[in-house]
Amino acid sequence: MTAGRLGRFRFMDQQRVNLDGFAVEDAALGLVAFGSPDDPEPSLVVRDGRVVELDGRAEADFDVVDEFVARHGIDLDVADEAMSTPDLALARMLVDPGVPRAEVVRLVAGTTPAKLARVLTLLRPAELTMAMTKMRARRTPSNQAHVTNRSDDPLLLAADAATAAAFGFREIETTVPVAGDAPSNAVAVSVGAAVGSPGVLVQCSVEEATELALGMRGLVSYAETVSLYGTEQIFVDGDDTPWSKAFLTSAYASRGVKMRVTSGGGAEALMGGAEGRSMFYLEARCVALARAIGAQGVQNGGIDSASVAGAVPRGVRSLMAENLMVMARGLEACTGNDALMSESDVRRTSRTMPIFLAGTDFVCSGFGSIQRYDNMFGPSQWNAEDIDDYLVMQRDWGVDGGLRTAEHDDVARLRQRAVEAVQAVYRHLGLADLDDVWAAQAVDAAGSKDVPAADLMAPLTASRMITETGLTMVDVVAALDVCGFDEEARRLLRLLRARVAGDYLQTAAIFDEDFGVLSLVTDPNDYAGPGTGYEPTPARQAQIDAVRQQRSVADLRAEQAHGASDRLRVVGPAAAGSDPRDVVIGVSPAVGRAIWTTLSGLAVVDVLDELLAGLEEEGCRGRIVRVNDTIDLGLVGLTAARLAGSGIGIGLQAKGTALIHRRDLSPLANLELYSVAPTVDGPLYRLLGSNAGRHAKGATPEPARNPYSDEAIEARYHTKVVSLVAIERTCSGTTPPEQLELA
Amino acid sequence: MTDPLDADVDALLEGVRAATVSMDDFRITPDTLRHQAGVARTHANGQLAENFERAAELVDVPDAEVLALYELLRPRRATADELEEAAASLEARGAVRNAALVREAAAVHARRGLLRTR
Repeated sequence: MTAGRLGRFRFMDQQRVNLDGFAVEDAALGLVAFGSPDDPEPSLVVRDGRVVELDGRAEADFDVVDEFVARHGIDLDVADEAMSTPDLALARMLVDPGVPRAEVVRLVAGTTPAKLARVLTLLRPAELTMAMTKMRARRTPSNQAHVTNRSDDPLLLAADAATAAAFGFREIETTVPVAGDAPSNAVAVSVGAAVGSPGVLVQCSVEEATELALGMRGLVSYAETVSLYGTEQIFVDGDDTPWSKAFLTSAYASRGVKMRVTSGGGAEALMGGAEGRSMFYLEARCVALARAIGAQGVQNGGIDSASVAGAVPRGVRSLMAENLMVMARGLEACTGNDALMSESDVRRTSRTMPIFLAGTDFVCSGFGSIQRYDNMFGPSQWNAEDIDDYLVMQRDWGVDGGLRTAEHDDVARLRQRAVEAVQAVYRHLGLADLDDVWAAQAVDAAGSKDVPAADLMAPLTASRMITETGLTMVDVVAALDVCGFDEEARRLLRLLRARVAGDYLQTAAIFDEDFGVLSLVTDPNDYAGPGTGYEPTPARQAQIDAVRQQRSVADLRAEQAHGASDRLRVVGPAAAGSDPRDVVIGVSPAVGRAIWTTLSGLAVVDVLDELLAGLEEEGCRGRIVRVNDTIDLGLVGLTAARLAGSGIGIGLQAKGTALIHRRDLSPLANLELYSVAPTVDGPLYRLLGSNAGRHAKGATPEPARNPYSDEAIEARYHTKVVSLVAIERTCSGTTPPEQLELA
Repeated sequence: MTDPLDADVDALLEGVRAATVSMDDFRITPDTLRHQAGVARTHANGQLAENFERAAELVDVPDAEVLALYELLRPRRATADELEEAAASLEARGAVRNAALVREAAAVHARRGLLRTR
């Protein structure tokens, strides 16, 4: 036994996952994901068409959640059938691709919260993924972005909203660090989103009544922050009852505005009111209530309490099961992956992965499209820092996670236009005069720290004006039009017009870029096993595949041509030397032809300079010979050694891999190998040269160590190597070795 | 401009320019909501349909009154009498579903101690 803590554990303790909190299960505090001892047995007693007992509780004892679910939430026509179907049978129906989604939804409508919780508890993670693939409402997956910043800077909000739309987000959620700024944020984000893409929905998450008022004035196009809770106490603490929420839901619909509700496991435990129930059972009550009040969809999967669920065993699994529960009740699922639930990149990726693979109506109910520090909801599970990761994950798995690559110049143009549009609208409406220095900073900014010129009072003043003058989206449209932004004016008008038709009130509705509605009604998920369901169109697949970082051989050839040098020229056929100090540097076919820069970024001619200088230090004479008939480095080096008077040759591939060879060895044997080309620098090439000289003289070489790195060298360079080798091959032929001269 | 559904976007924009179009022109109608209720029912969501039907009754209720009704339904905002008054007022205007919702709330709020007591 060592006295102190082992080095191995000290090291492990420092890893980021250990910043996360992990809780011992404690049912009394609600710190249990599935199956608390206090969760009720499922039960449903109906007398004369009226529910008189629900999940073990008699009518007289119903709390507000029981009462609303009992009166409105359960389809009594199928209740008998649903409640008497064994849990396992229902669980299997969810997973079985042969059972249509609609059949599952029909039956689930007759289940109580406790019954459905029991059923979903039976599904293992891979089964949850399969069930999700089938059960989500909309065929086409999508994604939602957060667009906020620390200063409620309207110009930066507009630029970032346009950027989010360019990356493919079809819903944008903003909020405020300063409550009074809400109207300004709603206008700025709506205008920016309209610049970025037609048909992007926008919400501003604020207090319920304020949010509704924004919706009535057209300043936002959907709502989401309508919170539900699983216990009466916490519901009332949230300053609502199921009836006020049901009314609110109808109020939105009466104005033609899409809305969904928000819930999430762990919320009640976090607020100290779980009543000893498991997180999943309480969430089952929320989801049943969401259906009962007539909401078309639910944002859940922990949300603000995701890390509470994450702290207990199987908590992450329960977050996913919550999302599936929403789908099983036939509702739009906006599937969390919202608030950051871990300090560990591995862990947060693991939390999202199965949901991402299955595809949902909105994979994230708030992908932080801005940097972490600018996210006024708190950092998200996925942030601007991760957009490229996410795009690459889509490409890796061939999965549509709702995002697309946006080209630099397109984003630059959109940001510029978004900023100009908001500048113009605010000026025209007399809301604020946002100056050009500020505007230029906002266009370029990666975050609000890059916009020191922002005036923190401007959004508050603008918001007061918007509120006092009763400004509506029609006024914003008029201002855009007058100021030359008629295309954006049309896009916002079409969003207003969509309210009149009401088609986007249906379950899981979003707009495509032609303002076509994609919903449960128009784009129903028809997954029924392999070969069915959503498949990206060829155009969409190309979008997913074409990340901006990908390179072809032609790209690499063009890049290499930039480094071309005229210092190397062919002297003539290479002859065998006889001088014992003659060392031949054999170079591969592409040297002096097509490849001019090694993987470590050195010019090939500079590498040759180093090798020659190293040989000269040892009193040897280097001679450069291009070996044309092979791209194998061993053979290049051996050919060089056989031509050298000393019998010692250096082999150098254009990409920088090098070795020292001797004429009597077999091709694959060699004296020294410098194999990790990306890490070989000038001094190491010089050492290689001088060691070759020492081999030629029969002296002892200095041991050369390949520099070691813990970076993913292979990930960085292997694709390049494939292309470089392909180029080498096109340069090789039957020409005998040629002597080159380095001017 | 009374029916923006039929007007193409250019015509709408002309209306905005001429200041003949306002937010009131972008109101969904009770009939459209009832139609959407039918669609929701066809797609196996009776509760969503109910919601649209309640919404249909609220289309002509002014914004301020809708906000006030919401406020009234929040915990401990209203006495039983106030809720009954609101329900009766809704009922008188044909908003029977909303009236029933308010009356149901009044009963449950009373049983669970969620009425304003003074």
